[in-house]
Amino acid sequence: MTSAERVGSSILTAAIPAAMLICFFVLPFSIMVAVSFFERVQGAFFEPAFVLSNYERFLSPFFGSVLATSLLLAAGASVVSVAVAYPFAWMLVQFRRRGQTLILVFVLAVLSLSEVIIGFAWSSLLSRTAGIGNLLAFAGLVDAPRSYTPGLAALMLGLCYLGLPYAVLVIYPALSRLDPAIPEAARMLGASPLRAFLGTVVPLSRNTISGALILVFVFSLGAYLLPQLLGRPQHWTLSVHITDQAIFQSNLPFAAAMAVLFLMISLLLVGVSMLLGRQRS
Amino acid sequence: MKTSDKSHMNLSRRTFLVATTAALSAPAVLRASEGVLKVGTYGGYFQDSFDSYIYPDFAAATGISVESIGEPTGEAWLVQLEAAARAGQAPADVSMMAQTPRLKGQKSELWARLDESSMPNLENVPDHFVHRYDDGAVCGVGAVSWYITLVTNTDSHPEAPTSWKALWDPANKDSLGLLALVTNSFLLEVTATTWFGGTDILDTEEGIQQVMDKLAEVKPNVRLWYRDEGQFQQALETGEIPMGQYYHDVTGLAAADGKPVRSTFPEEGGILDSGSWSVSKASQRLDEAQVFVNYMCQPDIQSKLSRFVGTAPVINRELTDLSDEEFGAVASDIPPILPRYDIYDLRSDWLNQKWTELIAG
Repeated sequence: MTSAERVGSSILTAAIPAAMLICFFVLPFSIMVAVSFFERVQGAFFEPAFVLSNYERFLSPFFGSVLATSLLLAAGASVVSVAVAYPFAWMLVQFRRRGQTLILVFVLAVLSLSEVIIGFAWSSLLSRTAGIGNLLAFAGLVDAPRSYTPGLAALMLGLCYLGLPYAVLVIYPALSRLDPAIPEAARMLGASPLRAFLGTVVPLSRNTISGALILVFVFSLGAYLLPQLLGRPQHWTLSVHITDQAIFQSNLPFAAAMAVLFLMISLLLVGVSMLLGRQRS
Repeated sequence: MKTSDKSHMNLSRRTFLVATTAALSAPAVLRASEGVLKVGTYGGYFQDSFDSYIYPDFAAATGISVESIGEPTGEAWLVQLEAAARAGQAPADVSMMAQTPRLKGQKSELWARLDESSMPNLENVPDHFVHRYDDGAVCGVGAVSWYITLVTNTDSHPEAPTSWKALWDPANKDSLGLLALVTNSFLLEVTATTWFGGTDILDTEEGIQQVMDKLAEVKPNVRLWYRDEGQFQQALETGEIPMGQYYHDVTGLAAADGKPVRSTFPEEGGILDSGSWSVSKASQRLDEAQVFVNYMCQPDIQSKLSRFVGTAPVINRELTDLSDEEFGAVASDIPPILPRYDIYDLRSDWLNQKWTELIAG
């Protein structure tokens, strides 16, 4: 290969991802930003213009609380998912290789289920007529079966069920690569198993934990089906309201403005937390 | 009703995608047609039913063959018709339109003026199903209609409720399923008719606010504000959510299947939603379109629709040959609550904002 050919092929290898990025990210996002400034025409569609009214409409106590709900739900789901996934992954790496693979396949199989199926399955499982309340009543733990959905607990359960495999996916490889000699050394110096775990394993995987938190947080932010299936209207996330505007109200400019703001705020939060993580390490 | 018009009112991401794809692929089909009338109905159940029961007989009776067009749901079809008409094209000559987009089209004079004298069967149709421009020219005629009523689980409610007031009854705490959108639940009209003597109060923003305040009292009773009918129907059948608003004919079909559900026309009336025939002004086949609309307003065609498609007739009952049982399966003699589509057109964003704050606030 001549040097000219080499330069040519390296340009080509760089050009393909760049083209993909432009086609599937930059262009659609630019269109969305442009539409967010267009003028909504009630009773019709929208007209090209440059107006700020779509953003102004968002700046209200109502949408402020919707935004806060979305962020808190996602943060809650990510903390709970990671809190469950971390000890789970730690126990998993103590297993023999074969057992690890089997359990991993089982956990990751959740990823193949659609959000619709997960939502409907949980709403049946938590219902009064067909749900776990009947098992509890049968075991004599409660007087009569009751329904546990819709509500905040049901919604969190659904979000964590979706978020858990992602958290495991991030945490497991890091823990399995961790040198077992380090916690062993702590044990030999007299630390209890828990102390050894908290004093060596956890601090060493701090970056992994924050990575998992961010991944599940971002993933949960987009939830729009589970809040409708398992939550009450006050738990409807911004994504639900964006869908309502875009599809049911034909108000694409407002939907686009909400989406742009939502994206900006999420990016800002993720950026800040990554910055904090870097400073600490 | 069945699946299709539910989806036009309440659109999931999947139906939206299917509909959009159908819409995008439609123009290719259109160019091929010469000398036939293109009739658009909501894709899916309606289109299939019309293909089977209506178009073949129409062709036999009039010699006009129909090319059936599946419309996307929501307002996408209106947008396409508008854009095509500006270019002098008509993706369909006659379209079945939901009322709010039909009104929007009327405002922009998208619909052709129809000649009443060539459609004698229009006299079968009550005034609220003959739509006119301000100058009196006909620009649309009722096509199909369906009722949304008060439904209950018969195990949980051995006695059928008699009034929409049951929604406000504290005894029904946390046990109702209601439609989640202001534009498809028509609960403002229900509240206005039940508590304020009619829907005239919805003429002003102050009036609407009063009605919304009354409707807010229902909130503690609502367990589920649904966008997806399947979710509510399942919950109603199991008794998980024993009461709510739902489609009369679908509930009847479920009851006939042995499910413990019933649909009741409250004394204030069921909600009568509908679709209407509208002809694009870009259509080159106005005469054939009028023959079609006239044909559809015949009593025996309306009876056939009630029997085979499950829609309520858009003509007076006495004209049809429907038995009590057949009529009861799709409609009722109690005067209906007619949705105020005009306010959804005039105040759409304001109403939507107030409504969202009402239920999610």
